Amino acid sequence: MNACIEKASRRMVGGFMSLLVLSGLGSPVWAQDGGVPQLNAGDTGWVLMSTVLVLAMIIPGLALFYGGMVRSKNVLSTMMHSFIAVCLVSIVWVFWGYSLAFAPDVGGVIGNLKWVGLMGVGPEPLEGSTIPHLAFMVFQLMFAAITVALISGAIAERMKFSAFVLFAVLWVTFIYAPLAHWVWGGGWLAELGDLDFAGGTVVHISSGVAALACALVLGKRHGYGTENMSPHNLPFTVIGASLLWIGWFGFNAGSALAADGVAASAFVATHVATAAGALAWVGVEWSYRGRPTILGAASGAVAGLVAITPAAGYVEPVSAIVIGLGGGGVCYLGVFLKHKLGYDDALDVLGIHGIGGTWGAMATGLFASIGGGTGLFFGNPGQVLIQAIGVGATWVFSFVGTYLILKLVDGTIGLRVNREDEVLGLDLTQHRERAYG
Amino acid sequence: MKLIQAIIKPFKLDEVKDALIELGIQGMTVTEVKGFGRQKGHKETYRGTEYQIEFVPKIKLEIALADERVAEALEAITRAAKTGSIGDGKIFVSELHSVIRIRTGESGEGAV
Repeated sequence: MNACIEKASRRMVGGFMSLLVLSGLGSPVWAQDGGVPQLNAGDTGWVLMSTVLVLAMIIPGLALFYGGMVRSKNVLSTMMHSFIAVCLVSIVWVFWGYSLAFAPDVGGVIGNLKWVGLMGVGPEPLEGSTIPHLAFMVFQLMFAAITVALISGAIAERMKFSAFVLFAVLWVTFIYAPLAHWVWGGGWLAELGDLDFAGGTVVHISSGVAALACALVLGKRHGYGTENMSPHNLPFTVIGASLLWIGWFGFNAGSALAADGVAASAFVATHVATAAGALAWVGVEWSYRGRPTILGAASGAVAGLVAITPAAGYVEPVSAIVIGLGGGGVCYLGVFLKHKLGYDDALDVLGIHGIGGTWGAMATGLFASIGGGTGLFFGNPGQVLIQAIGVGATWVFSFVGTYLILKLVDGTIGLRVNREDEVLGLDLTQHRERAYG
Repeated sequence: MKLIQAIIKPFKLDEVKDALIELGIQGMTVTEVKGFGRQKGHKETYRGTEYQIEFVPKIKLEIALADERVAEALEAITRAAKTGSIGDGKIFVSELHSVIRIRTGESGEGAV
């Protein structure tokens, strides 16, 4: 629904009858005056505001969330990853990223170059919606930026900064843009009927699986498993998680692309799933480890947010609570995968975003009941298969593509700092700065 | 003269200090230190990853005293620092050969 050029145009084709039905959800989806779509001030305002909320998820939200979890010698480099991801992706998005993701379809897999440099992307309404094309473009820009920033949790404390810069540009171009196109830009998954309201596959599975590839190719941090690598500032992490929760209302409810009933529905689903995710994680660790932790509450909240993302506009509140509980539970198990399998996903990007996104995408196929989606529990078993195809395609494409990009970067400028620099810390050796004292 | 070094639980510092001041003891030096004895640190868990924290925070208190005052000071420290549970700390007493007050240059027990 996010992109929903696709969705909105389906609404349009549906004609007057569907308009009547949809109007039950809130304001008219668009106003037509002699066939010319018009801007709606409320919708435009909400999407622009949502864009700001998604930016706040990345900086300072994700920067603090991740920054608090690393050791004090790497906090600046970790925050720098999120900050620079926003800057790099913003420029790439204008020049070619947006066009590759959302310009008219080429073979179901990629957008064409019609909107390169944002040529023809202006203040006029986006086709089939009531917001300016530029508002849609910049809202989507933030999604691309946060996806790249999310991956940085896997490479924390050991990747060369120059390598991260090159990786970010290549990844958003060759992995994110096609995936966004498949699901939201009118690509093959959209045609298939894959439901991804706000980015369960495009953002969370893709970044989580990319994180796995990063952890495997980069290798473990020096001293992993023997040295104490506990978080250096959990208050940062809690503030960051809280900002993610706040910003996620823009991410999910903003994906309605209108200030309407779908947005309100997604808003409520997002909130209750997050609360449920935090409670589930804390409950599980309290039972198994004997203590409830705030890192567990923060992690569970993010897991709940991830899980509800693909389902947000398609499920009712009680279903959202079930999805959130499941998210907290499966992600708690997800972070143990790395101990079982022996890779060093430093900040658990696969464990939370990859696993939580996969659960959420599949759960959408089970629980969808409103907003144009129908899942297994509401009489449409076929949706589960479609969701599984979307999940599988995203896993394979993101893993293989990320692996190749990493090999390319490693073969040219090198991925990893040398051991001495790693022990001294990236703040000092990559940036000649120190966070504290 | 003796040098007393007491390793105590950080939250007991105020009580120990007050007990020593009550005896009329003039000064002391306090350092934040880390270490372990039979208490052997504690465990911390982050997202299920357990870390054994071997060195736990303690306070080291140093006092120089004339020989005849040592017994009462040791008694006061022991009384004030004691909780009865593991990790209460230790007191080390050693010979002190000389003391010099920097301001006046006087030395010996008068400088303590």
